[in-house]
Amino acid sequence: MRFGVVTFPGSNCDYDCYNAVKRVLKEPVEFIWHAETKLDRFDCVILPGGFSYGDYLRTGAIAHFANIMADIKKFAAKGGFVIGICNGFQILTEAGMLPGALQRNNNLKFICKNVHLKCENNKTPFTAKMKKNQIVRIPIAHGEGNYTADLATLKELEKNKQIIFLYCDEKGRVTDESNPNGSMSNIAGICNKKRNVLGMMPHPERCSEAILGGIDGKFILDSIKKS
Amino acid sequence: MYNAKITVRMKKGLLDPQGTAIGGALKSLGYSQVKEVRVGKFIEVFINSKSKAEAGKKVEEMCKKLLANPVIEVYSYEIEEA
Repeated sequence: MRFGVVTFPGSNCDYDCYNAVKRVLKEPVEFIWHAETKLDRFDCVILPGGFSYGDYLRTGAIAHFANIMADIKKFAAKGGFVIGICNGFQILTEAGMLPGALQRNNNLKFICKNVHLKCENNKTPFTAKMKKNQIVRIPIAHGEGNYTADLATLKELEKNKQIIFLYCDEKGRVTDESNPNGSMSNIAGICNKKRNVLGMMPHPERCSEAILGGIDGKFILDSIKKS
Repeated sequence: MYNAKITVRMKKGLLDPQGTAIGGALKSLGYSQVKEVRVGKFIEVFINSKSKAEAGKKVEEMCKKLLANPVIEVYSYEIEEA
């Protein structure tokens, strides 16, 4: 499986993603500059975390008009896998590739810590190696991760089982206390209807090797590899 | 040349954490009358255009495409000759 990691001006998790794919997954991977087009050689494209275009206007708002994005839309329409992590998730919502929006954390803080996630749906290419309701510990690092959508969108997400990860406590209880940023319904990650585009605020690439303090992120990378 | 003064606001009903924090600060300064604070954005765009109507059309497009996110925000604008 061939991976591409997009670098926008201001991306800062691109090397982490590259490392996780190359050294942990041991799959071929290359960087893709935001001004490039043509993604035919890839099976999976990752939009990494960071502060693309300085987060000006709104997070992800300006990156959505980078050259590469038109091709990422075409790539996804043809069934290619797209993963947006953190700023990548914000870009995917701005681009309309995933529903809803990510607004300022409800406590106004930039939050950088490990959180627990519950796998709500393991019948996706991104979670196939996980058990339903499996609890994983993955770090978050964001100021704008407060998932917001109107009620109709939330219902639609639930109906289509597009909600992939929920913030929970270490026992898997989905509570207000375990919701770090005020996200509606504790949503930490969602996918599109076709199940080939995933957006999540937590960073699996930061916890895929024991030396980094955790390997729970590997479940997601392994799932993709087998898809 | 025209000057578009664009206001982008958070949709009603959405929690505005910045507004809540500023409201709290105003209250702690003694402004107990403050009921609610909402924070938005003010954007000025200077635009070359033949007419006000044409400038308005472009500004409408800009708001829809980039300046506001329709999922969480609403926008309004005024256009003046600059």
